[in-house]
Amino acid sequence: MLAFARRNPLVLVGGIILLMVVLASVCAPLLTPSDPVRPSFGQRLRAPWGLGGTSARPLGADNLGRDIYARLLYGGRISLVLATSAVVLATGVGVLVGLVAGYLGGRLDDLVMRLADVQLTFPVIMLAIAIVAVVGTSPFALVGVLALSGWVLHARTVRANVLTIRHLEYVDAAWALGASQLRVVFRHVLPNTLAPILVIASSQFATMVLLESGLSFLGMGVQPPQPSWGGMLAEGRDYLSNAWWLATVPGVAISLVVLGANLLGDGLRDLLDPHLRA
Amino acid sequence: MQAYLLRRIAQSGLTLIGMSVLVFVILRVLPGDPAKMLLPEGAPQSAVDELNRQLGLKEPLYVQYGIFLRSVFRGDFGQSFQYRAPALLVVRERLPATLQLTLCAMVLTVASGVTIGIVAAVRRGTRYDYAGTVLAVLGQSLPSFWLGIMMILLFGVTLRWLPTSGFQNWTYLILPSITLAAYPTALVARLTRSSMLEILNRDYIRTGRAKGLAERAVVLRHALRNATIPVLTVIGLQIGTLLGGAVITESVFAWPGMGKLVVDAIYFRDFPVVQTVLILSATIFVLINLLVDALYTVVDPRIRYR
Repeated sequence: MLAFARRNPLVLVGGIILLMVVLASVCAPLLTPSDPVRPSFGQRLRAPWGLGGTSARPLGADNLGRDIYARLLYGGRISLVLATSAVVLATGVGVLVGLVAGYLGGRLDDLVMRLADVQLTFPVIMLAIAIVAVVGTSPFALVGVLALSGWVLHARTVRANVLTIRHLEYVDAAWALGASQLRVVFRHVLPNTLAPILVIASSQFATMVLLESGLSFLGMGVQPPQPSWGGMLAEGRDYLSNAWWLATVPGVAISLVVLGANLLGDGLRDLLDPHLRA
Repeated sequence: MQAYLLRRIAQSGLTLIGMSVLVFVILRVLPGDPAKMLLPEGAPQSAVDELNRQLGLKEPLYVQYGIFLRSVFRGDFGQSFQYRAPALLVVRERLPATLQLTLCAMVLTVASGVTIGIVAAVRRGTRYDYAGTVLAVLGQSLPSFWLGIMMILLFGVTLRWLPTSGFQNWTYLILPSITLAAYPTALVARLTRSSMLEILNRDYIRTGRAKGLAERAVVLRHALRNATIPVLTVIGLQIGTLLGGAVITESVFAWPGMGKLVVDAIYFRDFPVVQTVLILSATIFVLINLLVDALYTVVDPRIRYR
């Protein structure tokens, strides 16, 4: 374990950061007795503990007197669940499409890859806000929009991998032994594309958290009164001159998660795929 | 090479057509009643019927798409009901501010990203390299809207050095450009570093050094030029990131550009404007990447496309 840590400090540090944030969000009710959505006007813009505030609201209170610490923990739940579901969905769809397109080739392959090109011409966030504006901001819509931004990378990577792998000898051997197409794809081709998929999914988690909080910041993601990190930042923006902690605290949380996921992704890449080392 | 360019132009045309289908699907097919969406709220039934007829909403989808495409080609993107003017005019008015911001951020990205990457690669393993890596990781992890707000807090609210909202003179460009450039700069720096490291191991670099070339000439003339190709590709693709990032950055700094326009337009459900911005930004992206492809052949004369 110690040897592993010394050789892959990035994986370890990134993993620990993510684990801590996930644990803190999951255990939110154990970590704070406060209600994240109940306003308390007597506590309006109360400073954090140590800067004139009390330990009852360790990170201070927002413009409605809500406990920022509690909002941070509960907001994390929503952000993490949305980002995780989106990564899972994007990976699933992307991998499937990449496998099929790469393995079958032909017209279908052309069509799918052109579609990917077309989608990439839109800035992700513009496409996302346009779709959210039309279909609404339900959690399902948000996950769908986030996943839409992520499938292309998986599909392209898997497809490229499949194109190299399908002509290798061991695949021919499986064929010759009479394995069915499905078996060849799932037992022989897929396992050999897993490493890059894992690397992409990990860095994509960072992108998804950024995108979700960006949408919420613009008011097109998680809707109030539900706490979300991006939403908290947007509310805090109006109080920069007299209550800087409103906008500062949620930003630190987002940066930590994104940093953790990026480090984990970089570490996994070094570990699993030395060619891609940047 | 001419044949290659022609083929790339044809491909770009195809991509643009695909793009128009996607916009059509999102804004005309997804919502239940596009006519209601394209008209201000509380529009009379007669107006709804009129637009239904104009857009051919009773016709089959492919006819509707044809009508949509024809109006786009004529530059008729519909009326913005927030501004009571043709949507294209409204967007075109905001375009220069966005182009100024993205161009500024682009220059910043290339200048600082490439410099950091070169220094990190040449001084591999030193504290310069280490500092560059930390900067790059931070640049990729800090959300741009937060970075922007923190800079407003520091340089605007606390120190009062720089203006933080609107656009009057060049000082207004500083904070938004840095905010917008942070993420792509990190990406370009990392890529330049790895690309340079690979090239610096090549035989011709050793030859250059062996024949007594100054280190400067080796790095800048021989290595950098060859390390440029992957960097150039990424820079082209970053145009998309910048245009998208502009949506958030412009909202943070109240920058009077296309990004802020589209966010406001969505609040007002001004879909003709949303549609115009989508089409325009995708077109810019496609054209710039076409230009980047053409640039390859200049940077690397070895590239002779079949």
